[in-house]
Formats: sequence, C-alpha cells, structure tokens
Amino acid sequence: MHEFLLIDWVLTTALVWLLIGLIGVVFQHNFTLISRVLFPLGAVCGLALAGLALSGIDGSPQVLVLPIGLPDLPFHLRLDALSSFFLLLLGATAAGISIYAAGYIRKGEGTAPGLQCLLYHLFLTSMAFVLLADDGYAFMVAWETMALSSFFLVTSEHRHDEIRRAGYLYLLVAHVGAVGILLSFGVMAGSAGDYTFDAMRDFPTLGIWPTIAFLLALFGFGAKAGLLPLHVWLPEAHPAAPSPVSAMMSGVMLKTAIYGLLRVSFDLLHAQLWWWGALLLLLGLASAIFGAIFSTVQTDMKRLLAYSSIENIGLIFVGFGLTLIFQSFAMPQLAALALVATLYHCLNHAFFKSLLFLCTGSVLHATRERNLGKLGGLIHRMPWVTWLALVGVLASAGLPPLNGFVSEWLLLQSFLFTSGLPQGYLNMLLPLVAGAIALIAALAGFAMVKFFGVVFLGQPREEKLAQAHDAGRLERIGLLWLAAGCLLLGLLPNVVITLLDPVTRQLVGSGLSFAASSHGWWLLAPISEDRASYSPAIFLGSIVVLMPLVYWVVNRRFRRRLKRVPPWDCGFPLQTSRMQDTAEGFGQPIRRIFSPFFKRTREHPSPFDTQPRYRSLVEDPFWYWLYLPIARIVGYGTRIIAFLQQGRIAIYLLYSFVTLIALLVWTRG
Amino acid sequence: MNFYALFAQLLELAIALIMAPILNGWVNQCRAWLQNRSAPPLLQTYYTLSKLFHKDVLLAHNASSLFRAAPYLIFSCMALASAIVPTLSTELIFSPAADAIALVGLFALARVFIALAGMDVGTSFGSLGSRREMLIGFLAEPALLMVFFTVSLIAQSTSLSTIVETLAHREFVIYPSLAFAGVAFTMVSLAENARVPIDNPATHLELTMVHEAMILEYSGRHLALIEWAASLKLFAYSCLGIALFFPFGIPSAADPAALVVAAAILLVKLAMGGFVMALIETLSAKMRIFRVPEFLGTAFLLAVLAMLVHLLLETGQ
Repeated sequence: MHEFLLIDWVLTTALVWLLIGLIGVVFQHNFTLISRVLFPLGAVCGLALAGLALSGIDGSPQVLVLPIGLPDLPFHLRLDALSSFFLLLLGATAAGISIYAAGYIRKGEGTAPGLQCLLYHLFLTSMAFVLLADDGYAFMVAWETMALSSFFLVTSEHRHDEIRRAGYLYLLVAHVGAVGILLSFGVMAGSAGDYTFDAMRDFPTLGIWPTIAFLLALFGFGAKAGLLPLHVWLPEAHPAAPSPVSAMMSGVMLKTAIYGLLRVSFDLLHAQLWWWGALLLLLGLASAIFGAIFSTVQTDMKRLLAYSSIENIGLIFVGFGLTLIFQSFAMPQLAALALVATLYHCLNHAFFKSLLFLCTGSVLHATRERNLGKLGGLIHRMPWVTWLALVGVLASAGLPPLNGFVSEWLLLQSFLFTSGLPQGYLNMLLPLVAGAIALIAALAGFAMVKFFGVVFLGQPREEKLAQAHDAGRLERIGLLWLAAGCLLLGLLPNVVITLLDPVTRQLVGSGLSFAASSHGWWLLAPISEDRASYSPAIFLGSIVVLMPLVYWVVNRRFRRRLKRVPPWDCGFPLQTSRMQDTAEGFGQPIRRIFSPFFKRTREHPSPFDTQPRYRSLVEDPFWYWLYLPIARIVGYGTRIIAFLQQGRIAIYLLYSFVTLIALLVWTRG
Repeated sequence: MNFYALFAQLLELAIALIMAPILNGWVNQCRAWLQNRSAPPLLQTYYTLSKLFHKDVLLAHNASSLFRAAPYLIFSCMALASAIVPTLSTELIFSPAADAIALVGLFALARVFIALAGMDVGTSFGSLGSRREMLIGFLAEPALLMVFFTVSLIAQSTSLSTIVETLAHREFVIYPSLAFAGVAFTMVSLAENARVPIDNPATHLELTMVHEAMILEYSGRHLALIEWAASLKLFAYSCLGIALFFPFGIPSAADPAALVVAAAILLVKLAMGGFVMALIETLSAKMRIFRVPEFLGTAFLLAVLAMLVHLLLETGQ
C-alpha cells in the first residue's frame, strides 16, 4: 500500500465521473436525481480536478501503473506539468458545462437522460485518461473511448437523417486520424516494441524516422483538431450535437489533440526540425484564414461557431509552429514566449467557445431555432444570455480587456522577434504572418458582430420569438462561471503566465515567469517594459471609471428628458423586421471579396418572375476538390475488392485452401 | 507615483478633449476654403455639440440598454486612446498600459460597439452601416497593424513611448520604409475616420453612407457623445501619425517648460495635418463601397512593402 499521491487523487476524480455516469444509467428513470444531483456533482468533480491539477502543475512528475490492460503492458499513467495544465483546462471548463447541462437536459429530447448522463461522464473520464496516459496502448484506448462516447453524444437526436450523416462523418475522420496516431506510436516504439512513453523518450529515433513519426502524429491529431484539410467534420458535428456536448467538444476535446501533438513533438521526439514548425505554421495559418472567412458567411449559428473553432485551432497551431521554429534554432526564451501564447490561447478558447456554444443552447431551447435568419431581438427576452454572450463574443473577437486579446497579443509579440531568426527566408516571411493574424482577428470580429447582432439585437424576425424565455438558474450559473473565466483570464495575464512556467520549462526549457512577476500583477511585459507592455487592469479600470463619470457629468449638466418614439430610419415609414440585414446579407461583402474561396450556387429571380425565388448556397470547396474524389476512389476500390466476395461457400473454402498452399510453399522455401 | 507623468497625462487628456472638436472644425474650414465656399466658424463643432446636448433624446421603441450604453463606452474608449498616444511627452501614466497593438484593440472595441449599436434598433440602414463599417474595419486593421509592426521593428519595441523616443532622437536619416508606412497610415486613417474617398461625413444619402447610417437612430446627448468621440478619434489618429512619422519636438525629459513648447509644436503640426487632410478630401471623389477593398488592399501592400524594405535594406548593415 503506497502513499496516496496527487496522481491517485486525479485518477479518483476521473473515476468518480465514471461512477456518476453509471449511477445515472442505473437510476435512469429518476430524472430529478440525474439533473439535480448527478450533473452538479459532475461539476463539483470538475472543480476538484481543476484544483488538483493546479497544485500538480509545478510538482515533480508522478507515475502510476494500473494492473489492467494487456498482459505484458499494464496501463501507465503519468502526471506532469503538461498534463496538469490540460487537466486544469478540462476540469475548469467541465465545471461550467456540467452545471449548465444540469439545467439543460430535458426528458424526451434525443437520447434518454440516463444514457446521456453515462455517455457524457464517460466522455469526461476518457478525456482525463487521454491526458494522463503514459503508454501508447492506454492512450489509444482512452482516445477511442473519447471518440466513441462523443460519437454517441453527437448522434443523440439520431432520428434525423442529417444528424446520422454528421455522426458518421465524425466517426470516420476520428478513426482515420486514430490510425495515424497508432502508426506514429509504432514508429516511435521502434523495433524494440515497447509502447510505454518512457521507452519512446529513451529510444533514439534516427534519420528519417522522427520526421515520419511527427508527420503521422500531425495527421492523426490534426484530424481531431480540425486542421485543414481534415476540418470537414467540425461544421457538421457541432451543430448536430446537443449544446453542452458541442461546447465540450469544441472547448476541450479539440485541445486534447493539441496536447497529443505537444506531447509527441516536444516530449517524445528529441530533435525538432525547423521545417516541422514551418509546416505547422502554414497549415495553421491556412486553417485560421479559411475558418475565419467561412464563419462570416454562415447562416446557422452553431456552424458559425464551428468555423470559428477551426479559426482558433489554426491560431493555436500557428503559435505551436512558431514555438517549434524558435526551438529548432535554439532560442528557448522566444520559444517559451510563443508557447505561452499557444497554451494561453488553448485555455482562452476553451472558455469563450464553450460559453458561446452554451449560449446558443439556451437560444435553441427558447426558440427552437438555429437559423440566424429566423432569430433577432432576443436582448429584450433573454437579457442574461445576451449579456453573457456579449462577454464571449468580445473575447472571441480578440478585444481588450478580455482573454482572447491577451493570447493574440502574445502571439503578435512573438512574431515581432522572427526577424532575428538566423534563416534567410524565415526572417523575411514570418513577420508578414503577423499581418495575416491581424486579418484573422479582424474577420473574427466581423463574424462575432454578425453572430451577436443578428441573434440578439434588432427586431425579432419571427412572431414566435416573443415567447422566448431566458436561461434557467443552473444554466445561468454555468454561463456565469465561463464568462467570469473569460474576464479573469483577460485581467490577470501574469498569474496565468506564472502558472504556465513549469509547462514551458518542461517543453522548451525556459519560462517567462521572471519577466512576468517583476512588474506586479497588473502589467504584462513578457520581455521588458521598454519592449512591450499591456495592462488589462488599467484598460478596464479606466473604462469603468470614465463611463459613469461621463454619464454623470452629461446627465447632471444638461438634464434633458428621454422620449420613446418610432425609429427614424431616414424617415422611411414602412419598417418591418424583414428589412433588417439577414445573416446572408451581413456576409455578402465577404462572399464578394473572398469569392475564390467559396463554392457558390445562386438562383437569382429575374424582374419578370411571378414567383421570385432567391437562393444562395455557399459550400466548402474541399468537398469537391478532395473528399468526393477520395470517396470515388475508395468506392471504386471496394467494388474491385468486392469481386472476391462471391457469396458461395465453395469459393471461400477455395480461398482458405489457396492460402494454406501458399503458406506451405512459403515456409518450405 | 510620478507627478510629472500624472501632470503630463492630465494635460494631454485635457488638450485632446478640448482640441478634438476644434481640429474637426479646422478641417471643415480648410475644406470649405479649398472648395471656394464660405467657411463655417472654427468652433462650429462646439456649437453643434452644445445644441445636441441641450436637446431631448428621442429613443426608438425597440432600443435596448446596449444602445444607450454604447455612446458612453465609445466616448470613454476614444478618450483613453487619446490619452495613450504620446503627444506632449513620452513620460505618461498610461503609456505602459497599452502598446501599439493594444491601441488597435481599443479602436476595434469601439468599432464593435458602434456596429452593434447600429444593429440594435433593427432598421434597414442601421445594419447596412454596421456591415459596411465592419468591412472597412477588417480591411483597415491588418494594414494599420503592419504599419505599427514596421515601426516596431525599427524601434525594437511596440511601446509607443519607446517608438517615439527612438524615432525622435536618432540622427536624421531618411528611412524609405517609413515613407511607405506613412502613405499606408494616411490611407488607413482616411478609412478609419470615415473621410472622403471611403465615406463622406457630410452625407445622408442612403446608398453611400457608412458611419452616418450606423448612428442614424441616435439623437440628443447620445449623438453629441458619438460626434465628440468621432472627433476624438480623428484627433488620436492625427497624433498617432505625428508620433510615428514626425515625432520631432516631443520631449522625453521631465521638464514642465518643455511641455508648453511641445504643446505649441503639436498645434502647428495638427493644423498642417488637418490642412493636408482637407486637401486630400477635396482632391478625391468618394469611391464605391466595393472599391474600398482595393484601396485598403493597396494600403496593406504598401505597409508590407515598408516592412520588407526595412528587413532587406535597413537591417543588413
């Protein structure tokens, strides 16, 4: 009997999640138990996990071997700074989402609540195990459990055709990706065949093999993260899933892919080549631009957010790639800066994107509508959701003083140093990437204004919106938690950077905590104060002071009244709610400017149509360039292989016979 | 607490708040002269503001609290922005609070709120204006940031105070990169401040307006605050241009006497800048909204060129 270490506590918490799920499925007819006890308990577990991970982040690595698994390969678990950080992300986000889900789940909506409770908590447990796993086998088991449990959550409303299709696509991409990861582990384990991460760390992979392992891992984890061109499942699966599940998938599950790739490229592989970083950066940039442009033209609010997730994952990969580049040129301090930006953005995205997805959940419950063209004016009916969504929208648009801005600021700062790289082309080209990042951030702003403005502002576009109701109490708590996270992560950057220090030290051997702590909590100056500084506290403080001051001065000095009148609108008298910009209309400039990116089908009515019909369809060109050709090739291949399958027993016996003969000949010769 | 910095900061803020409407009036005056019209008085913007402040607010039935809060927020943002830009001194309380990137973020925050306010009442023109404003915004922001990046690479810092100190106190060499960046910056500031080739501040013609369409539903003190904030934005951009491209005369030592001289120099520079802006506005015609991407794309490319010129020619030695 050994001492109860931190890792045991973490493991226990993860298993409590599983237990909660099992209780839920056993007492599946007791809805009150599930929604009022089990889900809140899951949230408490999330908090506990976050607390444990917080204390484990600067401890020394702890290992644990579980006596389950294969006969000669038991489950190895390990808790170090990197996994602690991602466990913190998981726990803190899950706390908000679980408490929200407690208020969100309904009887008679998709999968039965008991089963949903099991799947949801299994999903949480498997993510915790992915982060803890210390051997290839345990990792793959957890990874597959995560994919399967989330697949069943996505297909919760499986009676709809499109949701089944979305789930199928998700499962397909997840498994193609898993093959890549498995092969990558195979390469790293080498001929010795020891699948523990410890053995992989020690195994000197030489020559071309590290590159192959890295590329396979990039393919596998990229598929899960939604990196171009493997992003197609995201905009299908996210709208299909119930909102807490979309929040969990977008906020946390995508980050497990980032975790996996970080683990492989910095912990398991020793040499980092600069062009790995350049490749990551390029793919990330392409995904980010693509996601940003596509999110601005969406008309379904959850698809819009899904594309925005692709954009944010792209930004994370840009930072990741830059870290690899700096690291390969032995510039650990700058690598640490870029890595801090990357990890910080992971945390930020987890908070604001889950917040936004949960807000769409409330809107969905209140209005039964996902189509932006049929929403509007919800600020009057759903003030809580509106104002909390505004926090998420501002954070997601990368505006100060919220959290999205801090990580983008750090990322831009690290790009300013790229002109010092000792490589002729990189130091010319990389500073230009900063311009692309600015474009991405600005496009994200456009998409977020569209999202918020069309859903919550203006006049209701449908009659039934007048009956919309605000989020329930438990839902509000969940939203508040996440919104507070967005605000605090934005206001206390130095706390976060100090927290990240052990992680960056583990991965790139350097940290920013000294620079962060030398200026006080309120001033972020990662390199030096002369070089660059930003203080979100002063930012927010001055606005919070100035606004009431201006209000007080103006209203006290002039004392004029306020009258409610019909809108002016340049004197145009016949206003209806149909005359506001629709989601299509708001995206029109983007469709026009970036038309080469889209595959568009349009039907425009002529002036003489008696029944005019306008249709505009914007599709992802990757379907036509990449996926449909692949699908055709696969279909063709299967038809050829299907020739083997004649359906008569004699033929199959013949196959066995021929195989036997061939084997005999082979062993003899 | 550094009292000189506090004093300089308060003085700068006061000058910004007072001078911004006058700068606006000055540009209008110059434009009228250049166009052979009789000019409005220099203080015309003040008269308008005072008139608006003394009127009742007519608020649309559907307007929400976001709509009512937005003018105060936008005004605060612009006041903060003009406090951040170093114009009189590089020793300011607020100068460590925000660097060039954070300043871009601050402008973006104000823009997002004004666009949201435009969509709030739910009229056809409001959302049209918001959409166009966000279009101009996402095209202008990268160009602006690339300008800042070029300057930051020269000064090895994104902190505005450091940039000004570096640029003001080096030996007089002409940086070709700064010339390109300066042109790009001018183009961006025309777009950002809703000036003529992009938008016309004097029009209420439905098809062409951008900024005016968004604020169509505002009246009374709300409109006054927004107008004032718009002139503060113009002031902040002008000061930014001065700080980046003509920083000579901004004292860095803590010397109260130098502040007075600096203020005088600033006024001269602003008067000249305002005249140049009026000249540009007079000489150019407003362009269609779908020519704007080309215009701002050119600005972006010029800024990129500036950066490349800097990296290729100015760092090699």
